[in-house]
Amino acid sequence: MIRRPLRPLARILEARAKGENPDAIERENRRLRHEEMRDRARVRAEGRLLVLGLTFFCAFSVIGVRMGMLAASEPSEPRAQASGASIIASRADIVDRHGRLLATNMSTHSLYAHPRQMIEPARAARELAAIFPDLKEADLARRFADPDRKFMWVRKKLSPEQMQAVHDIGEPGLLFGPREMRLYPNGALAAHVLGGASFGREGVHSAEVIGTAGIEKFLDEELRDPAREGAPLELSLDLTVQSAAEQVLEAGMTLLNAKGAASVLMDVRTGEVISIVSLPDFDPNDRPNPLVEGNASDSPLFNRAVQGVYELGSTFKIFAAVQAMDLGLVNPQTVIDTRPPMKVGGHRIGEFDNHNYGEIPVETVIVKSSNRGTGKLALAIGPTRQQAFLKSLGFFEATPLEIVEARGGAPLLPERWTDLSAVTISYGHGISTSPLHLAAGYAAIANDGIAVRPTLLKQRGPQAGERVMSERAALAAQVMLRKVVTEGTASFGEVPGYHVGGKTGTADKPKERGGGYYTDKVIATFAALFPAHDPRYVLVVTLDEPVETSGTKPRRTAGWTAVPVAAEMISRIAPLLGLRPDHRSAAPEALIEASR
Amino acid sequence: MRTFLFLLTAIAVIASGYWVYHENYRTHAELDRVDDLRRDIGAARERLAILRAEWAYLNRPDRLRDLADLNYPRLGLLPLRPDQFGRVDQVAYPALPDPLEISQPVDISSHGALGQ
Repeated sequence: MIRRPLRPLARILEARAKGENPDAIERENRRLRHEEMRDRARVRAEGRLLVLGLTFFCAFSVIGVRMGMLAASEPSEPRAQASGASIIASRADIVDRHGRLLATNMSTHSLYAHPRQMIEPARAARELAAIFPDLKEADLARRFADPDRKFMWVRKKLSPEQMQAVHDIGEPGLLFGPREMRLYPNGALAAHVLGGASFGREGVHSAEVIGTAGIEKFLDEELRDPAREGAPLELSLDLTVQSAAEQVLEAGMTLLNAKGAASVLMDVRTGEVISIVSLPDFDPNDRPNPLVEGNASDSPLFNRAVQGVYELGSTFKIFAAVQAMDLGLVNPQTVIDTRPPMKVGGHRIGEFDNHNYGEIPVETVIVKSSNRGTGKLALAIGPTRQQAFLKSLGFFEATPLEIVEARGGAPLLPERWTDLSAVTISYGHGISTSPLHLAAGYAAIANDGIAVRPTLLKQRGPQAGERVMSERAALAAQVMLRKVVTEGTASFGEVPGYHVGGKTGTADKPKERGGGYYTDKVIATFAALFPAHDPRYVLVVTLDEPVETSGTKPRRTAGWTAVPVAAEMISRIAPLLGLRPDHRSAAPEALIEASR
Repeated sequence: MRTFLFLLTAIAVIASGYWVYHENYRTHAELDRVDDLRRDIGAARERLAILRAEWAYLNRPDRLRDLADLNYPRLGLLPLRPDQFGRVDQVAYPALPDPLEISQPVDISSHGALGQ
């Protein structure tokens, strides 16, 4: 760079010749140079400021534009890192314990109309009415012609054939939306457990499928949870067993002219309900509407096994006996005086057909089903201890089964638990419970004294329940129940090879309007456990108003009605459960005793 | 030298720009492929669900029971009963083979023998 000298020789010499001070020239030049430097620095600084300002402006503009874009655009899933499972967002399937399908989803279409976009509303209405016989042409035409209507649903679900037919109309105002519907491929099988489903909030592009009853409603949140990623809900039910049980029970109900029937089969160790039937039943694909008048229990929607609370009669006697043995008050051979008269609180306690069994041991009280015998045991136990025992078996609250209807099956208990209540409850009157309650109570006896909670969900292992009675008392009760079948009231319950034990119960139905009991309407129950020497399953069969008419006079006792049905059921379902018949012992009691 | 460096830098910028564009287009193509695959998986799942529902529908116990009844003359199918379980003593064991008669001496060698 060329710098101008501060003291240019020519000017200095010239100044000296004129007698001027040459330093003034230097100062002047220095000043000029400084001004020049200052101007340059300013330009440079201004340039830098400009660049900096531009950079900041650009940076903030980019951020602002990006924020604006994010705010204004449709949100979309990050495409690169989502896993493949994110596709499954539909309601989970329901399968049985072996993975067989009980409920699943089907994709189908819904049909809606935009009347304003319609070219020929009248023709569309006519053709739609031809495709769907339940739609009225005049009604559709009126709605299509309504000027205020921009949108209307025509059908919620279409079959592919119907969809093609609607498509062929060629009307641009008729539009399809995708729909997912719930399908129960087995029809009425396990209808009361599954319940049913319907649409919740509906949009054009999709609709919520929500459970309306049964386990679909109870576990609605879980079934809809996308975090399941399509994992099916495994129930404890066994499809084949359920189907066989329904078939046998239906045949028995028809044969015995019963109004309704229920059965519960429970695994005594895990508490799993393998099959639960209530008849009459319904098709959950086309769930009927609840009754608006009359008795709710007449509707096929009513679940007799869970919601129906009945006085289950003599099946309760074993609870008095087992508690008395557990408390050490008696042993199976202690003799009880069952001779009349017996009066409690001013009421006379009678026997079936006015029998008099005399002085008999506790075992025979159960085998012969003596009311006075169990009544005396109940008096010895006392109302307080009886209440505590029945409470520990779950008879005081609704069963914890995983269906919404279970909450409606709260037992009916006496308001004041007097001595008389204790006596009547010991033979199953004055307390109304559901068949499932009874099954859970018998499961505690069959599980050697450990209570189990009935459940519809598949379990991984035995339940760690609370011990409610000693093992010794439970084993003695199992022997008694076996004897009821071999030599007592349930002789038709014998299934060769399966060593069935159980107790019958026949209770007169109370009149709906109060005022005593019907004499010709009964609830016949058989509560069974098998195989008796090592109980694995508990089966409760209840028939509502059965009557057996093969004899000279109609027979209504459980021994003639519920027991043969239960025996047939056990011979059908025990092989399906994988139980081998055991024909080794001619005298099963000896086997029971020997296996202790 | 300086010119060469400038040239080199410019070429590097162009090359990296080209590479970035190239990778960007490839990534987008892959993402589109992933979307297609995902759609295919969704469709396959839907088809699978329908097939499973149909399988369950065709195998519903009512239908199988009716079919077994209809074809009883040909198939003779009955529900499983306890008496259909066999016992071990019902199994016909094959007759015991005759005891070996070793009358002729045989040469034994260790050729091909495995261990002891």
